[in-house]
Amino acid sequence: MKAVITVIGKDMVGILAKVSGMCADKSANVLEVTQSILQDMFVMVMMVDITNCTVKFADLADELAALGDSLGLKIHCMHEDIFNSMHRI
Amino acid sequence: MNTKEILETINMIDNEDLDVRTITMGISLLDCIDPDINRACDKIYDKICRYAGELVKTGEDISREYGIPIVNKRISVTPIAMVSGACQSASPIHFAKTLDRAAKTVGVNFIGGYSALVHKGFGPGDYALIESIPDALAETEFVCSSVNIGTTKAGINMDAVKKMGQVIRKTAELTADRECIGAAKLVVFCNAPEDNPFMAGAFHGPGEPDCVINVGVSGPGVVRAAIKKSGQDKSLDEIAELIKKTAFKITRTGQLVAQEASRRLCVPFGILDLSLAPTPAVGDSVAYILEGMGLEQCGAHGTTAALALLNDAVKKGGVMASSHVGGLSGAFIPITEDAGMIEAARSGALTLAKLEAMTAVCSVGLDMIAVPGDTSAEILSGIIADEAAIGMVNSKTTAVRIIPAIGKNPGDELNFGGLLGSGPIMDINRKSPAEFIRRGGRIPAPLQSLKN
Repeated sequence: MKAVITVIGKDMVGILAKVSGMCADKSANVLEVTQSILQDMFVMVMMVDITNCTVKFADLADELAALGDSLGLKIHCMHEDIFNSMHRI
Repeated sequence: MNTKEILETINMIDNEDLDVRTITMGISLLDCIDPDINRACDKIYDKICRYAGELVKTGEDISREYGIPIVNKRISVTPIAMVSGACQSASPIHFAKTLDRAAKTVGVNFIGGYSALVHKGFGPGDYALIESIPDALAETEFVCSSVNIGTTKAGINMDAVKKMGQVIRKTAELTADRECIGAAKLVVFCNAPEDNPFMAGAFHGPGEPDCVINVGVSGPGVVRAAIKKSGQDKSLDEIAELIKKTAFKITRTGQLVAQEASRRLCVPFGILDLSLAPTPAVGDSVAYILEGMGLEQCGAHGTTAALALLNDAVKKGGVMASSHVGGLSGAFIPITEDAGMIEAARSGALTLAKLEAMTAVCSVGLDMIAVPGDTSAEILSGIIADEAAIGMVNSKTTAVRIIPAIGKNPGDELNFGGLLGSGPIMDINRKSPAEFIRRGGRIPAPLQSLKN
């Protein structure tokens, strides 16, 4: 099972480290990362494998969202199917 | 991994109010019929709690995992008149209280089905149930009620139309201390769908299976944003294409949620209702979509045409995205639940007469409209009859959810709060239809009903 983590917000030191650190902590394996910075806005999209995740997926999503709140960033962690079903026939 | 598509989805949810409006579990109560009303009520309570015990939690889990808000978790049941007919010596209000109790236990925010289907005449239990609606809605919190008074096949039961004018008035009077909210939970239908997941008109029709999951999608804000982004120069064919593509995306989200809910609850998936259901949130408005197409304000001449285009494009885009489409499916045009409609009604751009015309091309009817508190029962019946005629002749669902604002006049406001919103009292035509309504009887089914 794969999930997509998106991080949007003001750029700062250590965003990637913090998010990937939390993934490692919960045994979510990072498969792919793309990131860009547009006029100080940091946008990162990360594909993770959550098959062996040690916490419930919904809890991981909540914890990432909370991490985002604490850093002033918007972090979403969503099942990849939502994107596949919306954009693929 | 396509970053652009991923960010588009996130933007729809974060900034354009994309949500799944409701997961509604339909539960048949036909096996709860019992001549002893206490036993019948016990069976109903137990069955609802057994079947829907996990509904709210499952909805919340799906919402968290897929990152898409699922606003409401609800239940629809067999029209209670079909159950209460077996125990006519007792007041059917016991059933309303049982439904309310069950809704509270399982944590849903509405339960629909305090209903009667009387389009061709009153069956056992029907009349008593209709008589009890005002008290039932005044004494319960979560129960919604609906009455089907006409179909294209059967014509219009004008005795029921007459009765419903009185029932709506009394329902508003009994809840006058709560902004007449009882009337906001009561819908009078022509051609009521049996699998509608949206309240207040949801009920679980007699042709439905024992238990089923129906899902209603939403997304006016997404459609509006897409039209806005496309600029001023697109022709209406291009706008229609754009709406179709957007509706497809919205509907696929709903289909995913519906399948997932069905799988987790081990309940068959019934239908997806492809509706654009507005909320009072700024931006999440059907009126703004119409204005985005180039109308100065909703209600201007051209509004009906714009709505017809929108309604058709939503269906065309959505139908391919779902395996089973049903319910009401189309654009809703409630007043108090739509920020743009509220503004248009306040400014006088949108009148009741224009709304009636719009209901000929939208998915439902006169919805969440507050009228002056001194509106007579006969005028309410006249409004119902007009709507039912539009539905009957056009083989479409029409509904009337109208709130006589007791003690208030045109220009005043009603405020329900939450998803039901708020809105101005709209003026009505005060010429009396009383003699027409008094005649009663049945308006024969139109020629277009003879399709065999």
